[in-house]
Amino acid sequence: MFETLTDRFEGIFARLRGRGRLSDADLDEALREIRVALLEGDVHLDVVRRLVEQIRQRAAGADLAKSLTPAQQVIKIVNEELTATLGGEEFRLSYASKPPTVVLLAGLQGSGKTTAAAKLARWFVEQGRHPLLVAADLQRPAAVEQLRVLGRAAGAAVFTAPTDPVDVARRGVAEAIRVGRDVVVIDTAGRVSVDTALMDEVRSVARATSPRYTFLVLDAMTGQDAVATALAFHETLTLDGTVLTKLDGDARGGAALSVAKVLGRPVVFVSTGERLDDFEVFRPDRMAGRILGMGDVLSLIERAERTYDGDVAGSAVERMRSGRFSLDDFHDQLQRMKRLGPLSGIVGMLPGLPKEMRNATVDDANVTRIEAIIESMTPAERDDPGIINGSRRTRIAAGSGTKPAEVNDLLNRFRQMQRLMRSSGMMAGTRPGGRPDKRKGGRVTPARSR
Amino acid sequence: MRRARPGDAGPATAGPGAPQPTGEPAGRTRLAARLGRTRQAVSAPLGRIRAGRVDEATFEELEETLLLADVGLKSTGRILDALRQGVRAGAIEATPAALVASLRAEIEGVFSGEDRSLTMNEQPPSVWLFVGVNGAGKTTTIGKLAQQQSAQGRRVVIAAGDTFRAAAGDQLASWAERCGATFVRGADGADPSSVIFDAVEHAAARRADLVLADSAGRLHTKANLMAELRKVRRVADRPPGRVCEVLLVIDATTGQNGLVQAREFTNAVAVTGIVLTKLDGTAKGGIVLAIRAELGVPIKLVGVGEGADDLVAFDPAEFASALVGD
Repeated sequence: MFETLTDRFEGIFARLRGRGRLSDADLDEALREIRVALLEGDVHLDVVRRLVEQIRQRAAGADLAKSLTPAQQVIKIVNEELTATLGGEEFRLSYASKPPTVVLLAGLQGSGKTTAAAKLARWFVEQGRHPLLVAADLQRPAAVEQLRVLGRAAGAAVFTAPTDPVDVARRGVAEAIRVGRDVVVIDTAGRVSVDTALMDEVRSVARATSPRYTFLVLDAMTGQDAVATALAFHETLTLDGTVLTKLDGDARGGAALSVAKVLGRPVVFVSTGERLDDFEVFRPDRMAGRILGMGDVLSLIERAERTYDGDVAGSAVERMRSGRFSLDDFHDQLQRMKRLGPLSGIVGMLPGLPKEMRNATVDDANVTRIEAIIESMTPAERDDPGIINGSRRTRIAAGSGTKPAEVNDLLNRFRQMQRLMRSSGMMAGTRPGGRPDKRKGGRVTPARSR
Repeated sequence: MRRARPGDAGPATAGPGAPQPTGEPAGRTRLAARLGRTRQAVSAPLGRIRAGRVDEATFEELEETLLLADVGLKSTGRILDALRQGVRAGAIEATPAALVASLRAEIEGVFSGEDRSLTMNEQPPSVWLFVGVNGAGKTTTIGKLAQQQSAQGRRVVIAAGDTFRAAAGDQLASWAERCGATFVRGADGADPSSVIFDAVEHAAARRADLVLADSAGRLHTKANLMAELRKVRRVADRPPGRVCEVLLVIDATTGQNGLVQAREFTNAVAVTGIVLTKLDGTAKGGIVLAIRAELGVPIKLVGVGEGADDLVAFDPAEFASALVGD
């Protein structure tokens, strides 16, 4: 696995702590590392060049913020540049004033268009819309049947006809109007951009249906070719955005960045698994870290900034110190960990998290289960787990889809955690309320430096 | 002029045998013809350095060519170091033309010593298992191979080992129909191991030569799916079957993750060869260079289109030429 960019940076910049400004040589070294990280992450060579230049200009001569090390400062700039390129804020889909809103999906073979079409239809259903799927891939054997099966599962009707893609698409839109569907999602056959006949065909499909949105469906593991392909499709169709698929793999996904940069269009949706509901609106801030190969970039920056500003975690720490760390606090910490990305590697990054909690077995599989158990408890139970008897345990287990033994296990481990917190160096020497107990030799150890 | 495709007759009918386009060359020259379209579309990357002298800028151009082809930083570095050494030692003439020729030779050299043959067991049936991530082209590759092997006189059984994907069985069925291969499938969601084992037993009973076993596309990051695949291979290898090939299908557009895929799938099921698909597009498939160099897995087949004839043996010389843009 790749060494994280953070590790590399911390090495380079260790000697710079305390200095006010980043020298050109230091910056060059950092930018070399960034270049490597981006290339390893499959970002297109030309895009890497442009981005590195942008980052250089912003970072050169920038005053180091007091709270961030030079490494963190540069990473923050990198993160911001990448996030902005990926699409800044989340994409907002708007609907045609005169329905239906037509969405056309295009892309290479195997990129995941058919699955994405069904997922998109399901997403529209969740938004309260009534989509019609149009099976305009007449090329691949059984593609129509595949969409029919998926459409059924998605709760969307599927239209097709055994004629040709342009005709099917046109009639599909007409059918949507006839039966009052307000959204049409058109699946098309995969095609290589050098196949002029097929590119002409998809252009004809677009002309016949006037889509409000045309999305390129792009596999997250695509390499340097993403740019050539995106440009070719853009020239033919005028793309509005990208749907990035198979994000549940471990491909870094630099192709998304390349395409966004080169087209100036955002990533709109991401497909994160094989189930129909593994589909969501794209969040640029989380992708930047993934592309760089550092899942913890956000928490790294957040910790540094919050450490300086005083923070939410501070109150959690206060509660820990005074022995008042509750199941609600634990649940809260778990949620924050989830938001920051894959658990492995970031557990240690959470602000103010005592090491006893880090060592608790909190891996991805467990988290959902633990959360469910806590959510099945009443506020009173969460406040004072001591009242949880056999019948309560059974109820909690039933409500969370777990076994009473698992509920017991969680409560035992949580009690253990609390005990450790109280007896650890952090907690020792404090009285209830957090004031230092000088009789026990307690010192005032602030949670963060100011 | 549009070449004919498997689905040309429309979704309702799957006619026997897609009509072959006239005048299309076979085998090696087919690869060249397919890749030729890309060469026309994309100007030769090294055109700029043909004239002039060799300096660091020349090496940067070479680096760019390799990186843009998804060869990756590590393999690119290794190749360029070899070239620099060669120039320093006087083994390579310090002219752009000589350098490009040496680059081509270096690339070809990565694939030397490969056994690119497709193994058959002495005792039938031989089982060839196809694995890979979602969308790589396993099912289409099987369809093409079934047709080609049948045309060579072999008796082929196709096992619909993808029991997850909606209509995966139907997709394979239409290919099987086209070439008269026997087709064995199970119910949707059935255990893939048992479907493949059924196919193997069926093949043995009818003295068929070859079982082409499909599997569901899966990301190597899914531990449970990789465990399932290990079981599939184990079961397929039980008598009367013998797994002679585990072919990992990799899309030519794949970036550096292709190397991770190759590593993980090899660890799980001992991959014996790579099928590099969709090389008829703009992607160069350079990741196979890294795969061969770092993992030693031979590249056996190349897919260059959606028709039955669009599957050819991997040719390092052609591959190197296409990569270098020559």
